[in-house]
Amino acid sequence: MQHVLLIILENEAGALSRVIGLFSQRGYNIEKLTVIPTHTKLLSNITIYTSGNLNIIQQIKKQLKKLINVIKVTQIKYSDYIKQEILLIKILIKNEIIKKKITKILNKYNGEIIHIRNNIYIIKFSDTISKIQKIFYKIKKKIKILKYINSAIFEI
Amino acid sequence: MILLSGAEMVIQSLIDLKIQKIFGYPGGAILDIYDAFKTLQCKKIQHILVRHEQAAVHMADGYARATGKIGVVLVTSGPGATNSITGIATAYMDSIPLLIISGQVASNLIGSDAFQECDMIGISRPIVKHSFLIKKTIDIPNILKKSILLATTGRPGPIVIDLPKDILNQKIKKKYYFSKKNDIKKYFYLKKISYTKIKNIIKILIKAKKPIIYAGGGIIHSNSYKELYKLATILNIPVTLTLMSLGAFPGNHPQNLSMIGMHGTYSANMAMHNSDVILAIGTRFDDRTTNNIEKYCPYAKIIHIDIDPTSISKTIHADIHIIGDAKKILKKILKIIYLKKYHIDKKKIKKWWKSINTWKNKKNIILSKSENIIKPQKIIKELYLLTKGKAYIASDVGQHQMFTALYYKFHKPRHWINSGGLGTMGFGLPAALGIKLAFPEHLVICITGDGSIQMNIQELSTAKQYNLPILIINLNNQSLGMVKQWQDLIYNGRHSHSYMKSLPNFIKLSQSYGHIGILLKKKKDIQNTLKKSLEIVKKGSLVFLDVHIDPLEHIYPMQIKNGGMNDMIFCK
Repeated sequence: MQHVLLIILENEAGALSRVIGLFSQRGYNIEKLTVIPTHTKLLSNITIYTSGNLNIIQQIKKQLKKLINVIKVTQIKYSDYIKQEILLIKILIKNEIIKKKITKILNKYNGEIIHIRNNIYIIKFSDTISKIQKIFYKIKKKIKILKYINSAIFEI
Repeated sequence: MILLSGAEMVIQSLIDLKIQKIFGYPGGAILDIYDAFKTLQCKKIQHILVRHEQAAVHMADGYARATGKIGVVLVTSGPGATNSITGIATAYMDSIPLLIISGQVASNLIGSDAFQECDMIGISRPIVKHSFLIKKTIDIPNILKKSILLATTGRPGPIVIDLPKDILNQKIKKKYYFSKKNDIKKYFYLKKISYTKIKNIIKILIKAKKPIIYAGGGIIHSNSYKELYKLATILNIPVTLTLMSLGAFPGNHPQNLSMIGMHGTYSANMAMHNSDVILAIGTRFDDRTTNNIEKYCPYAKIIHIDIDPTSISKTIHADIHIIGDAKKILKKILKIIYLKKYHIDKKKIKKWWKSINTWKNKKNIILSKSENIIKPQKIIKELYLLTKGKAYIASDVGQHQMFTALYYKFHKPRHWINSGGLGTMGFGLPAALGIKLAFPEHLVICITGDGSIQMNIQELSTAKQYNLPILIINLNNQSLGMVKQWQDLIYNGRHSHSYMKSLPNFIKLSQSYGHIGILLKKKKDIQNTLKKSLEIVKKGSLVFLDVHIDPLEHIYPMQIKNGGMNDMIFCK
C-alpha cells in the first residue's frame, strides 16, 4: 500500500541525510522523493512516497517526528491535496501524419511544444498523475519515444 | 562580556553549564582545547586522561548512569572520533545522556581527505540523538547549551559536536555570551496527560485478576522508583524488571519477581505469560524480553507508559498507551487513586499470588555439588551477602553479567551498571572507573570475564593514575562463556573459536600496572578471599581478583528460541 508523507524540515546541512538515513537504517523504503526549499530558505518541504502496512507507516511517522530537524510530518490524504506532475517527451516527427496525431494530443491535453530542431520535438504536459500516465501511453502507441522524463510531484 | 578564543569558549561553557568531569584523549585537532585548560587555569573541571577513546565514552557512560548527570567526552578527529563510536552506540541503545565533543580538521580542509580527517557527523548519525557541526566560533556556547538540554530531556541520548580546528584558534578572541533565546521548547511538544485515560488505567488495574507491572530503564531515567514502589504496594501487584532497571524496585521485596526475559527468573517469565493485564512502564518490549512476539502473553491486555512515542506499539501492540514522563504519570495515577478513594480489594488477586509463590518456590535450577570447583553463582551470592546489596556493580557482557543480574539482589536504583541494548564487551572496567570518580567514598565492583576484561584492560593504567580503588572480580572460565553456551545448546557442542588459549597471568599483569592481584581457585577460600579483597579496597588499593570458575557452567533459566515467555530450559 502506497502512502505519501509531507515533511517540513529545517533547512540545515545534514538534515536531509538524517531523514534519508532513517529510512535506510530502519529498512523502510523510499519510492519517490522530492525536496524543495520554501521561499524563506529556512525550511524545506520533503515529499516521500513509501509503502508498508499501517503499523510500519505509523512507526515511520513517529520516527520522523523524533528527529530534531523535523518540524512537522503529515500524511497526505489524496482528497485534500492538488497534485501535479510535468512530463517532457522527446520525439522524432518524420511526416505530416504523425505531426497531426501529436497536435491532436497536444490540443486535447493542453500540451505544448517547447523545442524543435531537425524534426526532433520536445513536448511538455503538466497534469495530474493519472492523466500524465494516460497521455504517455497514448503517445507511446502512436510514435517512438526517444527520451522522456517525469518531474517530481508537486502538492499544494 | 568577556573575549575568549573558540577553545576557551568550549571549556568556559562547560564550566558555566556545571560540568565537573571530562573524559578525554588529546590529539592534533583538539590541541587548542587542551591548551585552553591551561590558559583558563581551569580548576572547576577535572579532566580524566584515558588510555583509549572507547574507554573514555564508557567511563562517561558509567558516570552518567550512576549519577543521572550528563557525561562529557573529548576526543580528537579521525581515529579519536572513530574509536569513540562503540561507546556512543552503547549509550544510544541504553538512552544515556552523553556529550561527545570531537575535533575536526580545519573548515577549509573538510572533504579533502586531510590527515586525521573523517566524517564524524556521517559516521555517528545512526547512533546519536542529534549532532552538530559548528561553523562559527560565537555559536559554541549556545550549541553546547542546546546539546546538553537535548541530551538530558525526553528520552535521553548521546549528542555529538564536531569542532573544526580553525574555529578553536587560541589566537582569535571573540565575544563570549549565551543568547537568552531558548528555541529548545519546540522539540518537546508533549501532550497533556489525559485524565480519562488515567482513570481507565486505574479501573483496569483494580479489576484485573492477574496483573503485573513490567518496569524498564525508563523508571531509572525518570527517577520514578518511589512512585513505582507506592503504586505496586498499594495495589499489591507483582513487579518484574528488565535487565536495565534492576534496583528500581528493592531486590529483597516479596513483590519483586526480579529479571524478566531470555535469562530472567522462572517466576517472572511465568507470571508475564499468564497475566491478564501488563502495566509496562519505560520499557520498549525489547526482543530479549519478549521471546517470540507471536506467542507473547496471549491473555494480557497491555498498558504502555513511555516518553518515546516510537516505543509504543513498535513490536507489541499496546491496548492503552500514555506518552510522557513516567514520574509525572505515576504521580497522577497515585493522586487519583487517593482522591477517588478507590476500593482496592487485595483478596481478589490472592489466587494469583498463590500461583506466583508456587513458581517462586519451585527449585528448577539445581547446582551440582562440587568439592573444589567454584561455581559462578556461589561467588555472586557470597558477594551479595558480604556487601549487603549496597555496592555499585558494573559488569561486562556475557555469562558473568547474567549471573550477577540473577544472583545479586539490587536494593537501590543506579547501582547496577551494564551494557544492555548493545551488549558491549569491554564496558565494565571503564564504567566502574567512571562510577568511582563520581562516588569516591562508595564501594565499586567490576564483575567481568576473561574475554571482556581484555577488551579494555589498558584502563588499569588510568585507575592507577587517578588512584581509583575498585574491586575487579574476573570470573575466569578460560573461554568465551556465553558463545560456548550457545554452541553447546544450538550447535551440538562444536566449540568454534570460543576458548581462550594463552590467557595472561592476570595476577602478574595487574601487579605490573601497580595494583594488587589475588588468585582464587578453591571453593573453601571464597569467603575469606572476598573479605580480604574488600578490606584492601577499603584501604585504597585496586584489587584484581582472578576467580577460576567451573568452565562447563551454563547460565539458566534460558528461554527456548521462538517459544513463548513460559518456554524455558533449566539444565543442559
